[in-house]
Amino acid sequence: MGILDRFLRAAHFSGGVHPDDHKRPAADAPLRVMPPPARVYVPLVQHIGSPARAVVAVGDLVKMGQRIGEPQGAVSAAIHASTSGRVVAIGDIVAPHPSGLPVRGITIESDCRDEWCELEACDDPFALDPAEIGRRVAQAGVVGLGGAAFPSAVKLSGGLGARVELLIINASECEPFLSCDDRLMRDRAAEAVDGIAIMLHATGAREARIGIEDNKPEAIAAMRAAVAGQARIRVEVIPTRYPMGSEKHLILVLTGREVPAEGRPSDIGVVVHNVGTAVAVRNAVRFGRPLVSRIVTLNGACVREPGNVEVPIGTLAGEVLAFCGGMRGDHDGPARLLLGGPMTGMQVPTLEVPVIKGTGGILVLDAAEVGEGDGGPCIRCGDCMRACPVGLLPLEIAARVRAGEVDKAAGFGLADCIACGCCAYVCPSRIPLVQYFHHAKGELAARARGTQRNETIRTLTRAKADRIERDEREKAEALARRTAASLAAASEASAAVEKAAAGTNEESGACA
Amino acid sequence: MSGRELFMAAPAPHAHVGADVGRTMRRVQLALLPATLFGFWIFGWPAVNLFVITVGASLLTEVFCERLRGCESRLWDGSALLTGWLLALSLPPWAPAWIGALGGFIAIAIGKQVYGGLGQNLFNPAMVARVALLVSFPVVMTHWVAPLPLGSEGAPGFIEGLRITLGVVPVPDAVTSASLLGHAKTELSRGMDLAQALDAAGGTLSAWHGARPGSLGETGALLLLLGGLYLLVRGVIRWHIPVAVFAGLALPAAVAHAIDPSHYLPATTHLASGAVVLGAFFIATDYVTSPNTASGQLLYGLGIGLLTWIIRSWGGYPEGIAFAVLLFNALTPVIDRYCRPRIMGRTRRGAPIRATQGSAE
Repeated sequence: MGILDRFLRAAHFSGGVHPDDHKRPAADAPLRVMPPPARVYVPLVQHIGSPARAVVAVGDLVKMGQRIGEPQGAVSAAIHASTSGRVVAIGDIVAPHPSGLPVRGITIESDCRDEWCELEACDDPFALDPAEIGRRVAQAGVVGLGGAAFPSAVKLSGGLGARVELLIINASECEPFLSCDDRLMRDRAAEAVDGIAIMLHATGAREARIGIEDNKPEAIAAMRAAVAGQARIRVEVIPTRYPMGSEKHLILVLTGREVPAEGRPSDIGVVVHNVGTAVAVRNAVRFGRPLVSRIVTLNGACVREPGNVEVPIGTLAGEVLAFCGGMRGDHDGPARLLLGGPMTGMQVPTLEVPVIKGTGGILVLDAAEVGEGDGGPCIRCGDCMRACPVGLLPLEIAARVRAGEVDKAAGFGLADCIACGCCAYVCPSRIPLVQYFHHAKGELAARARGTQRNETIRTLTRAKADRIERDEREKAEALARRTAASLAAASEASAAVEKAAAGTNEESGACA
Repeated sequence: MSGRELFMAAPAPHAHVGADVGRTMRRVQLALLPATLFGFWIFGWPAVNLFVITVGASLLTEVFCERLRGCESRLWDGSALLTGWLLALSLPPWAPAWIGALGGFIAIAIGKQVYGGLGQNLFNPAMVARVALLVSFPVVMTHWVAPLPLGSEGAPGFIEGLRITLGVVPVPDAVTSASLLGHAKTELSRGMDLAQALDAAGGTLSAWHGARPGSLGETGALLLLLGGLYLLVRGVIRWHIPVAVFAGLALPAAVAHAIDPSHYLPATTHLASGAVVLGAFFIATDYVTSPNTASGQLLYGLGIGLLTWIIRSWGGYPEGIAFAVLLFNALTPVIDRYCRPRIMGRTRRGAPIRATQGSAE
């Protein structure tokens, strides 16, 4: 890619920030595979959508890959045992969530043998019907591994209806500290490209473009080598700028086209999948292997051996940390525990939370890395506005939210906020802007629900009134009809009587 | 693992670029330092005294108002110091102490704290104070002195300077002088040809090297320019406002001068005299009171430049940048309303863009 081309690509995308990436040395350490821990804690909801329903009972023996949670509803994903052993509990476990509140999950005691259940393999995925690929991906419980954890089958088979022309593979990995995708591409490039080819077949797209930020030269080289024989798959080097991993920004940089607000990529013929998802799709389609493990980056100044580890789903974060040598003793101590990257990841209260399908990183950061400092009032410096990759005015929105005017905040485009955190990252007054926006969005959603409920009540009330009115009208009509009928009958009767009388007269006349 | 309170949920992002308000203020102060020291040198001890009094009054007022409002002290973020500093630079260098004290009080109490403190004010506090003093005490506020560098013959010593500042002795008539713009205005009103009047005053050149009568800080135009460039390089300010102010002033000035040189000063004189450089880089760029978007900033800067030229050419005062800044401070909310960035995926009017199905690229 020429310099001009690179410049044009960067020019497409205004705003964004460039945090220190902290990806090395973790990214350069070889990928390690973690053996199953003594117990795995598998939550029944690890995806966007409805939770799965447990289909095993306490005491059941399960094999690795065996389905233990059945998807419920259109946007849901199956859950599988990530080790072989015995189900010892079904109930509350600590959720990988800032609240530390419990979530329903299945606890399996491992027999440490990692025996797979019987899997439905397929020698030639390209002979399969796209719908069948979707079914297999759904069977395997594959969700997007980039962090949002949207059920992949929904997006793959959604392409069939929406005429997807371009498949974009999100390998930008723009979050600082994370390198799980980088490592995956370096070590499993061929598998990733195979998965991408299967996804191309499944979506019906004509070509695939793999977007990789230019701070990962080894991954770029590995992927370039792996796509060598594939005419329809291209590796694209893109500038390093957060939030390049945002779907809409990646599309903009790679195609120059914008996804309409309130719309989806499929509206402009594009579908975006994470590169890790491609490997999961390949394993699901070729070997029938469900998603029971993922690559997690262990990083932060407090981690003794930062690196990337393939972890069985349901392993406690603390055990992954222990596998990586635990916490450094010579350090001040951790300031923050995070799941995911520092820009959008969530803080968790303890390391006793399980790794789930969407967990890309476990970070134990010290105070310097978190960049703690004193806040203050907004001085309207406009840094947030220049950092916003969507073109919003975070300072104006925040001022409205603070004044309690969420409607006005909405008028400034609150709904278009992607919560990337660029504004709060640069704010010299350290105003928790993202928190303000989440709060306002929640308020608006609650209000919309309230309005909808009122609307429903009004509709029902109106329907009831209509029904009562109709009943009464019908009753009245029936009464009227009956009255009319009886009147008619009466008049008929009287006519008959008259007639009879007349007849009698006639008769009598005749007789007379 | 250490205390539980360490892990209280904090919102994302869990990283920060590291900037803070204090650093920004310190950078602006650093940028002002050369011109300020130059002002001290050419106007001597009375100027130093005035600076100390003005800044001191601003800081004291800040502390007093924060006590009164019962809010946390923000004295150390440097914003009150900067306000006092800018005000001092915009005052006549030998102004009496009470002008500095009153100015500092007005700037902080009326210009800033009554609105709710840092970030809430509509007008630039230093300019509010300067204009309030100018319209209330026009004679004292236009009492300029000729440069008398420290140590030169006739320059007041420390004690003498203190007596001048405290008003014990009047400013000697021998050192009073008119500023270039004031001189031009007076001569014009007397029906003099401007070209001759300027030659008599020593022309534009003296304005650039700074040895001329004027406010304490405005005369070192080149040093202010240097400071402004530092702010640009550091990313504290962006180019839009200063460039637009210069353009808004220089373009009409150049056109008018080309048409009628005997009535209109040349653009270079306009740019080099008065407080244009100080205003363009340090006053108009005040975050709180200026628009945020690039287009808004261009509009705002052009307006300030143009209005400054109009006031200087036809208004009642020889210098107009303080008035122009205040007027456009008032217009900032309106400019902000009409100059918003385009939201991704939407048209300028805010409707979702049309989806175009078709081959990608």
